[in-house]
Amino acid sequence: MTKQSAATEALTAPHTLSYTYKRSLGAVMSGFFTALRDRRLLGVKRRDGKVLFPAREYDPDTSEAIDELVEVGPMGVVRSWAWVAKPRRQQPLARPFAYALVQLDGADTPFLHVVDAGSEAKMATGMCVRARWADETKGAIDDFVFEPA
Amino acid sequence: MREVAVVGFTQSPSVRREPDRNEIEILIPVIQALREQTGLSSKDFDFICSGSSDYLAGQSFAFVSGLDAVGAWPPVCESHVEMDGAWALYEAWVKIQMGYADTALVYGFGKPSMGDLPLTMALQLDPYTMMPLWPDAISIAGLQARHCLDAGLLRAEDMAAAAVRDRANAKNNPNAQVKGDFSVQQILAEPFLVNPLRKSDCAPISDGASAIVLAAGDRAKQLSDRPAWIRGIEHICEPMDLGIRDLGRSRSSEIAARKAGVSNDKIDVAELSAPFTHQEILVERALGLSQKTKVNPSGGALAGNPLMAVGLSRIGECATRIWSGEADRAVAHATSGPCLQQNLVCVLEGN
Repeated sequence: MTKQSAATEALTAPHTLSYTYKRSLGAVMSGFFTALRDRRLLGVKRRDGKVLFPAREYDPDTSEAIDELVEVGPMGVVRSWAWVAKPRRQQPLARPFAYALVQLDGADTPFLHVVDAGSEAKMATGMCVRARWADETKGAIDDFVFEPA
Repeated sequence: MREVAVVGFTQSPSVRREPDRNEIEILIPVIQALREQTGLSSKDFDFICSGSSDYLAGQSFAFVSGLDAVGAWPPVCESHVEMDGAWALYEAWVKIQMGYADTALVYGFGKPSMGDLPLTMALQLDPYTMMPLWPDAISIAGLQARHCLDAGLLRAEDMAAAAVRDRANAKNNPNAQVKGDFSVQQILAEPFLVNPLRKSDCAPISDGASAIVLAAGDRAKQLSDRPAWIRGIEHICEPMDLGIRDLGRSRSSEIAARKAGVSNDKIDVAELSAPFTHQEILVERALGLSQKTKVNPSGGALAGNPLMAVGLSRIGECATRIWSGEADRAVAHATSGPCLQQNLVCVLEGN
């Protein structure tokens, strides 16, 4: 048997490395991400009336299941920030930006996101920001960034 | 409760990059030195537990190969945590408490220099609401630091002073990576790495490994003239979301310290594993240490930060000072997660 015929007879099958599962995020988080696709920001109301953003399925203090989604934002206030002068390739913006804790109007807790301020000098704790949506949204946390309002 | 003590401790030097050795090759001499120090061989360990991260190695089940450094024949009883070795020590301590073992070997190892560590750390965050934004570990810590600065909980000078203290202490530690005489002014003159953090506010990136032997009761007394008895050990976790935690204090460290009995008596030595200067201050406050406590005589995590081993090494650094008689009572701290999310506190005593 020659080398060539051995090669012709070898069994082959295509293989694509991929994650072939579809994961459901559950009732609360599916509602949260579907709303992002529709350019709406939904927090979740706790029993004590306080609103958490992003939505969560459980109250972090009492562990109670919570599911009442309420609209918040799109304006918010920067509670803390860190300036990224040299963004990495994977990060959301190619130009310098800030990671920030932003408290959306109507929410009682700040959350981690991105502020596209252009320059560090424009950043300040307490500044007002507004969500700016991507041209095409996909139902993900990076469907928007904040910009100074 | 069974009396359990640290009776052996070895570590590799912390270095920015191990160019030639893989994790196992870093670990082998550490384990070998521990065998020589304690006179024990693999068959003498009833239980073996390790701490490491597949995310640093970049391959699944990478920790299994760590056993090559120990030897898996004859068959051993072992376990692993995807956490710092301090949590592997906690598991081993529980195993001994339950009567399943009288001796245990615990080790931690990591080679973060193979990747972009601050970015790799983003993979520990919530996969849907945080990780897609790729917030690097320095930026995440920076949010906490600015919160503390804005709230007047600490000043940039205090943060720089923590680095100055640790680097000066580390001059006596041959395994430390960042050491020497620095001044607060010198550090404050540095440009920001990620405003409000300067490079000197951040622990170095270190490759390294460390290992500990635990033994119970009479076995510990056979193995050591002055065992470092674990008189309190506790770990507490806070929620991951940064917005629902009080970033100006370390609540989980406070609770762990209380449950471990830190304030029951004087503390001679404290070894802290906080990877940023502001976090070191927050942990120091949470433990309620007095002026009489010598903090980070080894230099702590800010002087050498072998990820997955750095917390375990803090317990070892405390134990060596108990063995030598330099300290009668010491407290070690380890941390995990963003902004001091989870903290372990271990109280060691010589008597």
